[in-house]
Amino acid sequence: MLKPQVMEQLKKIVGAENFATGAQELICYGYDATQMEFLPDCVVHPADANEVSQILKLANVEKFPVFPRGAGSGFTGGALPKGGGVVLVTTRMNKILRIDTDNLVAEVEPGVVTEQFQIEVEKLGLFYPPDPASLKFSTLGGNVAECAGGPRAVKYGVTKDFVMGLEVVVPTGEIIRTGGETVKGVVGYDLTKLLCGSEGTLGIITKIIFKLLPYPAAKKTMLTVFDSIDGAAQAVSTIIKGKIIPTTLEFMDHATLTCVDRRFNLGLPAEGRAVLLIEVDGDPDLIEKQAGAIHDLIQPLGLVQFRVAKNAAESEELWRVRRLVSPSLRDVNPDKFNEDIVVPRSKVPDVIRKIEVIQQRYDIPIVNFGHAGDGNIHVNIMIDKSQAGQEEKAHQAIKEVFQAALDLGGTMSGEHGVGLAKQPYIPLELSAEQIGVMQGIKRALDPNNILNPGKMFPA
Amino acid sequence: MTKKNSPLERVEKELKKCVKCGACRANCPAFSAFQREPAVARGKVALAQHIMKGDITLDDGSYAAMSKCLLCGSCVEKCPNVVPTDEIVVAAREALAQQRGLTTFHQAVGRVVANRSLMNLGALAARILGPLFFRKVPATSGLRLRFPLPFLGGTRHIPQLAKKPFLKRHPEEIPGKPGQPRVAFFVGCMSNFVYTEIGEATLALLQHMGCTVVIPKLQNCCGLPAMSGGDINTVRELAEKNLAVLEACRADYVVTSCATCGGALHRLYPLVVGKRNPELAERLKALADKCIDTAVLLQKLGFNPEETGGGENLKVTYHDPCHLRTAGITKEPRRLLTATPGVQLVEMEGADKCCGLGGTFNVYHYDSSMKINAGKTAAIQATGADAVATGCPGCMMQLSDGLKQAGDKTKVIHTVQLLASKIRR
Ligand SMILES: Cc1cc2nc3c(=O)[nH]c(=O)nc-3n(C[C@H](O)[C@H](O)[C@H](O)COP(=O)(O)OP(=O)(O)OC[C@H]3O[C@@H](n4cnc5c(N)ncnc54)[C@H](O)[C@@H]3O)c2cc1C
Ligand code: SF4
Ligand code: SF4
Repeated sequence: MLKPQVMEQLKKIVGAENFATGAQELICYGYDATQMEFLPDCVVHPADANEVSQILKLANVEKFPVFPRGAGSGFTGGALPKGGGVVLVTTRMNKILRIDTDNLVAEVEPGVVTEQFQIEVEKLGLFYPPDPASLKFSTLGGNVAECAGGPRAVKYGVTKDFVMGLEVVVPTGEIIRTGGETVKGVVGYDLTKLLCGSEGTLGIITKIIFKLLPYPAAKKTMLTVFDSIDGAAQAVSTIIKGKIIPTTLEFMDHATLTCVDRRFNLGLPAEGRAVLLIEVDGDPDLIEKQAGAIHDLIQPLGLVQFRVAKNAAESEELWRVRRLVSPSLRDVNPDKFNEDIVVPRSKVPDVIRKIEVIQQRYDIPIVNFGHAGDGNIHVNIMIDKSQAGQEEKAHQAIKEVFQAALDLGGTMSGEHGVGLAKQPYIPLELSAEQIGVMQGIKRALDPNNILNPGKMFPA
Repeated sequence: MTKKNSPLERVEKELKKCVKCGACRANCPAFSAFQREPAVARGKVALAQHIMKGDITLDDGSYAAMSKCLLCGSCVEKCPNVVPTDEIVVAAREALAQQRGLTTFHQAVGRVVANRSLMNLGALAARILGPLFFRKVPATSGLRLRFPLPFLGGTRHIPQLAKKPFLKRHPEEIPGKPGQPRVAFFVGCMSNFVYTEIGEATLALLQHMGCTVVIPKLQNCCGLPAMSGGDINTVRELAEKNLAVLEACRADYVVTSCATCGGALHRLYPLVVGKRNPELAERLKALADKCIDTAVLLQKLGFNPEETGGGENLKVTYHDPCHLRTAGITKEPRRLLTATPGVQLVEMEGADKCCGLGGTFNVYHYDSSMKINAGKTAAIQATGADAVATGCPGCMMQLSDGLKQAGDKTKVIHTVQLLASKIRR
């Protein structure tokens, strides 16, 4: 519990209207998309790096924890104030500071909503590709802190691939700049990359410099249906081997399709066992050729349907299939654990087969879909928490799914991070030595352990 | 521990559906105005969950949070789990009013924000607006909740009451052509007392289509403003009266030109009143099925705007009222407008965004309401349109207020007025 004088000081730093201790505010800044809940002692909405710095300096003197929070859409509880303390919300730092069309860079504050940024750069013919499914509400600061990715990662990469520089308030309160806006730069350690995906444990990001691209001239969307999961998986590697890098290669397995079809009746062919949603972008002539080449490449792999969108409306219609996945899943079971393992692209069929075995062993439905183009599969373990033993079973199954991904040379999480939710599984992937090095970095930057404590590493 | 007999019990199942994903942050107008989590749908659902459990002290913060909702349904429309936050907020408001031993949430909020006109809503409105208003507008009309407005702030523009209410001008039944549908016209307070021209245009169009039009004199306020105040007893009373009156019309359709009334008849009556009175539920459902927006009915009957509409050279932009948009009605009005001679339809940016009125939200939080509206005004101005058309008199009032305060001369008009502009009355 924070001392009243300390609360007063915090209130002074951010101003009374940006400081809250009411039960309603505490509740509303105590959850995120994990649906876990912890109550903070107070909530602050600082305006800029200067205020953030004062808060962190005070925290080091008074030894209270500070939990950075963007939109609270995280899937692993990174923003949750476990154990109490101060939630620091970035919503007010929501300005796009500049978009530089000469150098194709932009500078933003961390509270800007991802889609808002995309809309603004697109108005200038520019492109910020990272597209997490939460882009309409997640913040860019949260995206950097979690290194968010999306369907377009196959061709363009993830958030960190677009971060050139940062302004960061380090845990001890100093404001530093990392990186810059030049394409090259080798002076000192690459702190920018270290901060990407650091889940708010190493510093509070107060400005971000992003690299931008020219907006692609055109795109083409294809919906392809295969009669086997292997066919679809092979199609992924065949396309890439054919020297075509699509923008997206989204994959949905049979269980997923059944869910979607049951609710929305999409009229997919009955013999379909897996779907790939493929998109290519670039020069109109080139993508026309690519679409043809893709068809020829995957034709022999048990292709039972190949639909090409002729215009934006038809493309949206094809995407609808993918977008309907999430809302449909709950028909299977009310609760889900949504994991996001990654395996090398070519290993997608193997991991799907392994998951099938796990599903049978534990007798709980597991629905798989995701970004097959980069080997990132969303594994949804569907349970009914109200039934005794199901949650326990799910945890066992999750552990085996992670192990399966690791055995194939993959990782436990491609996008969602560790936070609180994946903490217990960390030792499956990282050795004691690796964890030791990481914790060493944390201690060096945050000697009093005040910034987002208790996250990432098991206590 | 669950509090017994709380109105929140009727939404207990719905409360569990929210997975706290945060998607509602993208389209909740209350959140866009306040930028704080308790104002977003997710926050209000979380608070309702805690109020339900009884583990939250009911201090002013709960009233303030629950007052920050426009009941626009935008969150419901986009929620991956279709959590009915509007319905949940109505239940929470009712629960909060009960906790303070008050009949309406307005009174409760009035105390919290120390706003006397809210505390004393009906009476004060009557006193200020004079005996005329008192005589003309029944005590249960939602208009009374809307009309203390000028006294909350100096700049507000409000429309005048009509000399003679629409319902007083017409017989109860106007026969049409044989073989054409029998239509009951649910006029709504705004078209009855303020924008009577909407009523006239609707009637003219229905007659043009040969419909037999029944305009029951005993129809009441739809009750949405009372609903927004968590005053469910009034809502139920109005719903039951309207149900009986409209059933007696033995009509094929119940038509409205007020998106808000349509929203009440179509969605909230069955949800809010129906859930508490299972015996009423079926009848309310039957009424909801018959209820139809004028533009949709016209389209269905094969109406051709060339016969009755247009005439001027007008650049028109269209605003989607939340209560039409969330019912999936966006194409019909546009199709009709496009087909109207002399009308050039230009889309504004964010036509689907809420105007900010939100029933009594505008009374609780006038500044925030106008903040939401500011984007709308700018979008309308950017089109360079001569007029903005829409399907809800509530939106019309709000859009006019915003435009007038910005010193803008863009006309605000109901879609049906454009469609009926050539019909002589
Ligand atoms: C429906 C849905 C779909 C999703 N889809 C995807 C997807 O496709 N791909 C994907 O990668 N993720 C996805 N996510 C997860 C989530 O949206 C992302 O992790 C996102 O980047 C979180 O952003 P946020 O603003 O909500 O951050 P929060 O949840 O508020 O915080 C996340 C972490 O970032 C830290 N943080 C936030 N801001 C700062 C800052 N300024 N400085 C330092 N640390 C900070 C917090 O402390 C926390 O550890 C999805 C989530 C949902 C609910
Ligand atoms: S109300 Fe719907 S959109 Fe909002 S957090 Fe809950 S589930 Fe998500
Ligand atoms: S009904 Fe409208 S204002 Fe209320 S929570 Fe939903 S989106 Fe927000």
